Amino acid sequence: MALDSKVPQGPIKDKWTTYKDKINLVNPANKRHIDVIVVGTGLAGGSASATLAELGYNVKAFAYQDSPRRAHSIAAQGGINAAKNYQGDGDSTYRLFYDTVKGGDYRSREANVYRLAEVSANIIDQCVAQGVPFARDYGGLLDNRSFGGVLVSRTFYAKGQTGQQLLLGAYSAMNRQIARGKIEMFNRHEMLDVVVVDGKARGIIARNLVTGEIERHSAHAVVIASGGYGNVYFLSTNAMGSNVTAAWKIHKKGAHFANPCYTQIHPTCIPRSGDYQSKLTLMSESLRNDGRIWVPKHLKDVEAIKAGTLKPTQLKEEDRDYYLERRYPAFGNLVPRDVASRAAKERCDAGYGVNATGEAVYLDFAASFVRYGKEQAKIHGITNASDAKIKELGQAIVKAKYGNLFQMYEKIVDENPYETPMMIYPAVHYTMGGVWVDYNLMTTIPGCYAIGEANFSDHGANRLGASALMQGLADGYFVLPYTIGDYLADDIRTGKISTETPEFEAAENEVQERIDFFVNNKGSNSVDYYHKKLGKIMWDKCGMSRNEEDLKTAIQEISDLRKDFWKNVNVPGEANEFNEQLAKAGRVADFLELGELFAKDALVREESAGGHFREEHQTAEGEAKRLKAFQFVSAWEYKGEPKDAILHKEALEYENIEVKERSYK
Amino acid sequence: MNLTLKIWRQKNPKSKGQMVDYKVTEISEHMSFLEMMDVLNEQLISNGEEPVAFDHDCREGICGMCSMYINGEAHGPDRGITTCQLHMRMFKEGDTITIEPWRAAAFPVIKDLAVDRSAFDRIQHAGGYISVNTSGNTQDANAIPIAKEAADTAMDAATCIGCGACVATCKNSSAMLFVGAKVSQYALLPQGQVEAADRVRNMVAQMDLEGFGNCTNTGACEVECPKGISLDNIARMNRELMKASI
Repeated sequence: MALDSKVPQGPIKDKWTTYKDKINLVNPANKRHIDVIVVGTGLAGGSASATLAELGYNVKAFAYQDSPRRAHSIAAQGGINAAKNYQGDGDSTYRLFYDTVKGGDYRSREANVYRLAEVSANIIDQCVAQGVPFARDYGGLLDNRSFGGVLVSRTFYAKGQTGQQLLLGAYSAMNRQIARGKIEMFNRHEMLDVVVVDGKARGIIARNLVTGEIERHSAHAVVIASGGYGNVYFLSTNAMGSNVTAAWKIHKKGAHFANPCYTQIHPTCIPRSGDYQSKLTLMSESLRNDGRIWVPKHLKDVEAIKAGTLKPTQLKEEDRDYYLERRYPAFGNLVPRDVASRAAKERCDAGYGVNATGEAVYLDFAASFVRYGKEQAKIHGITNASDAKIKELGQAIVKAKYGNLFQMYEKIVDENPYETPMMIYPAVHYTMGGVWVDYNLMTTIPGCYAIGEANFSDHGANRLGASALMQGLADGYFVLPYTIGDYLADDIRTGKISTETPEFEAAENEVQERIDFFVNNKGSNSVDYYHKKLGKIMWDKCGMSRNEEDLKTAIQEISDLRKDFWKNVNVPGEANEFNEQLAKAGRVADFLELGELFAKDALVREESAGGHFREEHQTAEGEAKRLKAFQFVSAWEYKGEPKDAILHKEALEYENIEVKERSYK
Repeated sequence: MNLTLKIWRQKNPKSKGQMVDYKVTEISEHMSFLEMMDVLNEQLISNGEEPVAFDHDCREGICGMCSMYINGEAHGPDRGITTCQLHMRMFKEGDTITIEPWRAAAFPVIKDLAVDRSAFDRIQHAGGYISVNTSGNTQDANAIPIAKEAADTAMDAATCIGCGACVATCKNSSAMLFVGAKVSQYALLPQGQVEAADRVRNMVAQMDLEGFGNCTNTGACEVECPKGISLDNIARMNRELMKASI
């Protein structure tokens, strides 16, 4: 099957408007007879559920958490981009589009990204109307900050809890529709398969995580908004329950999976401390607005710091290597995430890591305490302020901006980041790859959509900071509600979809068999045993840098591990009860398949692009080397074992942006 | 360190629960409390026993899913944190730690330490929103300036994570801090003031219906709240309710 991206004709500026003018609509009376299932209630799923219900569709929303408000979008910290140009610093729709395509290392689809930039401004208007308390300045207008990879201030924020506030906004919009009965909410439910009838997605099989009951749910369309698959690495900044299962199930039923190897390793996370570690914690990229990243210039100082005989604060300015400012003077500490992460790895691999594991660099706020402190002293008319006073005034400003992040850091590391620099190291954070979708956000299964992090389309090979929230809400509030109508317009006479059909029965049986296997297997190893092993293979061989030999080994190792899992996994408890191990077993089983496809995708992509760095393909200075021959999307078709997956290529064409060497120098 | 754990075990909502003793060894002080629980569960699984069920997800203190009552305190002995942010350095060698679920009639136990907090969702359904459609055709975000102080105070109230520590710690199992925070967020913003009277009436009515107790101003909720939500929000809710009633 040839991939058709269905990008509308015409100039990029007019595509979305013209498209909306011409699509089929469903009249309000008919919407009442159409059901839509939404799996996941994060920013994408939550906003889509609310909007579809407002439009009049009957929505059934599913979350594995106990409330839609707990979806992992809640943990996004720094902010959301929008081309509002409130700061008058030259921002525009085109510039946001340009930055996003460039930031993605020219591996995203132009038309989708332009549309994203176009609707971004509406998101801010919408959220303010919903009561989202964005940060404001003293004049009462909205404040902005900067994020990596851009030269303007276009990021809106609510302290270090922007994701939380935006998600609670979407949750509030959902609540209004739940109260009206237009959204039926299924908390603590997990989708375990999609049901395809006559080639169209017509429902799902879900498990009630409290009672263990297997349920059939039908609809005229199914929307997957289940987030990313970063937990394939075991350790990531994702929530413990974040998983690929919904996306993987639709892949196995016909949805192509695109660019699985594009993973974002975020530069500023709290370093790991031991083998018991269950997850990693992000420190928002917004901290790079005011923090400077460095390691000691001399190895003897590194040793002294590790031995505890030298404190980082004692190290003289000239003995510090602010390596991002040194290598990338134009963007400095605000280079994109992939560049910052690799630079940290380069220094640590060279032996300059500053903690016991050798995997940590400093993020230092001392300079901004002074800068803000002097400004405050001036504002308050304090002449001859002492250094201590300046520091105190500056710290108050930093606290107002990032107080919760500093507190979070102190609780985990047990060091006060106001007094000593933070230690950070890159960690798996976000997956740019995902289910392949066309311009309508429809997968290769008719009637099955994928939105938010679950799809692949907007971020190319690297996502810029504060763009995930933008994409999730753009897809859910402003894109899908239009495009899905075009498809559902053909369904106004279909009537209710029955769940008493052979297709539902077959899907349910398949789900039941797998559950029965897990609870009856009584093997020798726990689910986490396998998850940790998989994570280690992924991190060591498919992590921040990759090479042919390692990837080939990884494929073999994952395949062997999967075989062992299906022989020896031990799931305690029963099927018909609240059983977290059982739920997790299913998720890890899917990660064990995805992981292999991931490595295969990374092996096939013989170039470096964004988060995918192949050691064989780098410039003399160690920067990623993109190849024209790989200017395509890899969309994998399921054919049984991951090794048998078939590659389909969607060529990427850039008509509005010149493809250049990505430089942040 | 080596520890004794006394944990509430309850098979399902209908069965009778009991405290059961467990021993864990070689616990690092750098572990989070939930990582210590992971160690216990792996130990139970390898011994062929059932692991302890507990709610958790983000493990960075923001999703509000984790909910343990540790040594008689919601989220344990530290302040300004959730259980997932509690670290073992707060305990010492040989300690006995008592771990119970949230205890409130409105939060029935599902299994072991996991409870059903859907009552909170139903209170939000009753009015925790602004009635504006998500069409994107609202006015420009900067059309109404909002005083920084109002925006900041609204933000402080809005940081509630809905974990239920306030209810669990209150001798009356009152949910007033939770409801007060939501009512306050909207009451402080011009966008929310349009429906303020209906909102506070409906949310309070639902709160009473769910079986949460009344507030007797002990202030325990504020102390245990991982996000430091202030008692001022309860006062503001009462003022809003008064305003709505006259």
